[in-house]
Amino acid sequence: MSEQNNPYGAPTTGHLWDDNLAELTNQPPKWWMIGLHASWILVLLYGIAYPMWPWFGGATTGLLGWTQIGEYKQDMAAIQSVRAKYEDQLPGMSASAILADSELSEYVVRSAKVLFGDNCAACHGGGGQGNPGYPNLVDDDWLYGGDIDTIVMSIANGRMGMMPAKGGVAMTDAEIEQLATAISQGQPTSSPLFMEKACFACHGMDGKGMHALGAPNLTDAIWRFGDGSVEAIKYTIAHGVNDPSSAQTRNAVMPKFGDRLNETDIKKLAVYVSKLGAN
Amino acid sequence: MNDQVDKQAQADELYAEAHYWHVNTGNETIHAKRMPGRFRNLKWGAAAVWLVFFLGPYLRWGDRQAVLFDIPDRQFHIFGITILPQDVWMLSLVLLFFAILLAVITSIAGRVFCGYFCFQTVWTDIFTWIEEKLEGAPQKRRKLDEAPWNFTKIRIKVIKHTLWILIGALTGISFTLWFGDAFEMWQGYFTLNAGAMAWGSVAVFTFFTYLFAGHMREQVCFWLCPYARIQGVMYDQETILPAYDFNRGEPRGKLKKGHIEQGKGDCIDCGQCVAVCPTGIDIRHGQQEGCITCSLCLDACDSVMDKVGRPQGLIRYASMDELEGKPALKMFQRPRVLVYLTILTLALAGIIYGLFNLSGIEVKVLHERQPLYVQQSDGSIQNKYSVKILNKTVQDQQIRLVVEGLPGLSVSGGEGSITAGKGRITSYTVFVRVPRENLKAESTPITFRIQAEGDEELTSTYTSMFIGPRR
Repeated sequence: MSEQNNPYGAPTTGHLWDDNLAELTNQPPKWWMIGLHASWILVLLYGIAYPMWPWFGGATTGLLGWTQIGEYKQDMAAIQSVRAKYEDQLPGMSASAILADSELSEYVVRSAKVLFGDNCAACHGGGGQGNPGYPNLVDDDWLYGGDIDTIVMSIANGRMGMMPAKGGVAMTDAEIEQLATAISQGQPTSSPLFMEKACFACHGMDGKGMHALGAPNLTDAIWRFGDGSVEAIKYTIAHGVNDPSSAQTRNAVMPKFGDRLNETDIKKLAVYVSKLGAN
Repeated sequence: MNDQVDKQAQADELYAEAHYWHVNTGNETIHAKRMPGRFRNLKWGAAAVWLVFFLGPYLRWGDRQAVLFDIPDRQFHIFGITILPQDVWMLSLVLLFFAILLAVITSIAGRVFCGYFCFQTVWTDIFTWIEEKLEGAPQKRRKLDEAPWNFTKIRIKVIKHTLWILIGALTGISFTLWFGDAFEMWQGYFTLNAGAMAWGSVAVFTFFTYLFAGHMREQVCFWLCPYARIQGVMYDQETILPAYDFNRGEPRGKLKKGHIEQGKGDCIDCGQCVAVCPTGIDIRHGQQEGCITCSLCLDACDSVMDKVGRPQGLIRYASMDELEGKPALKMFQRPRVLVYLTILTLALAGIIYGLFNLSGIEVKVLHERQPLYVQQSDGSIQNKYSVKILNKTVQDQQIRLVVEGLPGLSVSGGEGSITAGKGRITSYTVFVRVPRENLKAESTPITFRIQAEGDEELTSTYTSMFIGPRR
């Protein structure tokens, strides 16, 4: 070994490789040893302060009494105390009163996003834009009415409209074709069949629907099923909606949320939904 | 056999430099001698810059602290200017400015920051100054270190370490004062009511100031500081550094009868340059990583040269080219300097532009993506936007919103005037409806302009998109 390789003459293991390579056995630097000892002391202190050592029936609890679930509950309590200012008001107010209060409705719009995501978005889409077969909540057309109290009822009790296949009367394919064409042009009343087959009973004399029955407006640009094409309308007329006698009927069921959600949550959702699309 | 010898010779050559390598791992405390001189005075002047750090928080501006980094409220107040997180791009320019400033100065004159301004250097300087006042000259300090513990030694050491810790605490407290009202925070410290964050910062600063400036000193520069390593690569042949003029000094030799011997260089090997060095290096070995370019050896050598009647500047600020007798480029002919200066100017221009164009209010508009558009029952198309108004002024503003860009558009939400609270973001939802026949493309730009009532200057515009059905 050259002298310069080990200038301080540190002790070696005595082995020599490749003529001049030796392994020194000197102490690591002092700061490194301090670090080593500080580390294990810290581990011990940590074990005293926090739950760490396995013990009968679980683990030691630690002097600080800290638990993960405790910290979680503490954080939740902190959030709830911030929200309490608004949340405490909600149970005593009607949904329309909440909607009228700009600060509360703003709070609901921000906080009920989670509720909407959990309960509504599966069918109506994350933004309330609807999905094929499920109604759009952001447009200005409402099957059962878009005022806040009606929305509360729709959520709490659910909805299940009914349209008999072929209007419950006999209809030939040609008649269906004629009626569907008139409807797709936005002028259902232009076809005499609209009166003849008693469509008006639910969809109204002017074809603009009836909120009480959930019968849609046939004259506007919004379509409950399909895209407003003649084919889609023909299918709806031929098979009906929720008609138990027709195997291929269109399904349209809004489940009842009254027994799943509490009243306040339903009110929140109603406010959230009515704020979704300017209404 | 010959091969063996050859290899040995090669290895020895490889390690030849190691003869004068002194790897400083802090086994021995460096007790540097203090000598008066030009550069010593310059260093005190440079260190005085740090008075700003200690005194700055007590400056007032109106009813608040002049410079306040208000982290909880996310606001930086610098005299009359308030900077919000939205203006943080200026901070990146400030950082760029200082990074390049460091580069350009290092390229021109070496580790000026390390030698004169760095807190490690300045605090160590103060700490060793206290040490000298209490324990005496380096020789006496070494003796005291080796002396057995007795009452005098304990007294001196206790006073010294107490003073060091006090300086550390003052450093930590002064640091925290920039982030809260200085007077209130002092009150908090005295009544033991300061926040956990404040106590923690003071504790960390006190500990590390005491450890770094009191105990580790040059070890920080040798083994911890990244700048010490980075700055070395910014040097070139033209960088002027405190350097030993080997042509003039060598061969060195001790004085004989008070005179430099015939045939010897000017260096009389008195060792003063090593004695005064705070990092314990020998500048005569040339430029090296341990040199923080503090120039204290220049003072030492100059005073010795005066005594032996030789001209000053055996150790002086000189570039490699100069020492080797090559012609040196002028500073502004060096491409490196020019490139650095260009970046420096650009960053500065950006900062000045930013400061003069801090708008009082700002509008940002987010287009709703789910769904991108909604068809209404009359066939018109509706888009939903989230409008965010940032009010950076010191009072609430009444804001009016105007949306333009498509014929026949109607706006609902945000009619009339909206109150934008001072120093925060007010957001609300706006619906824009356009008759379908007026849409000529799938997406059309539309502008949102906000205007504060009663102040024509306060206005901001944002261009978003109006999305319609695919055509």
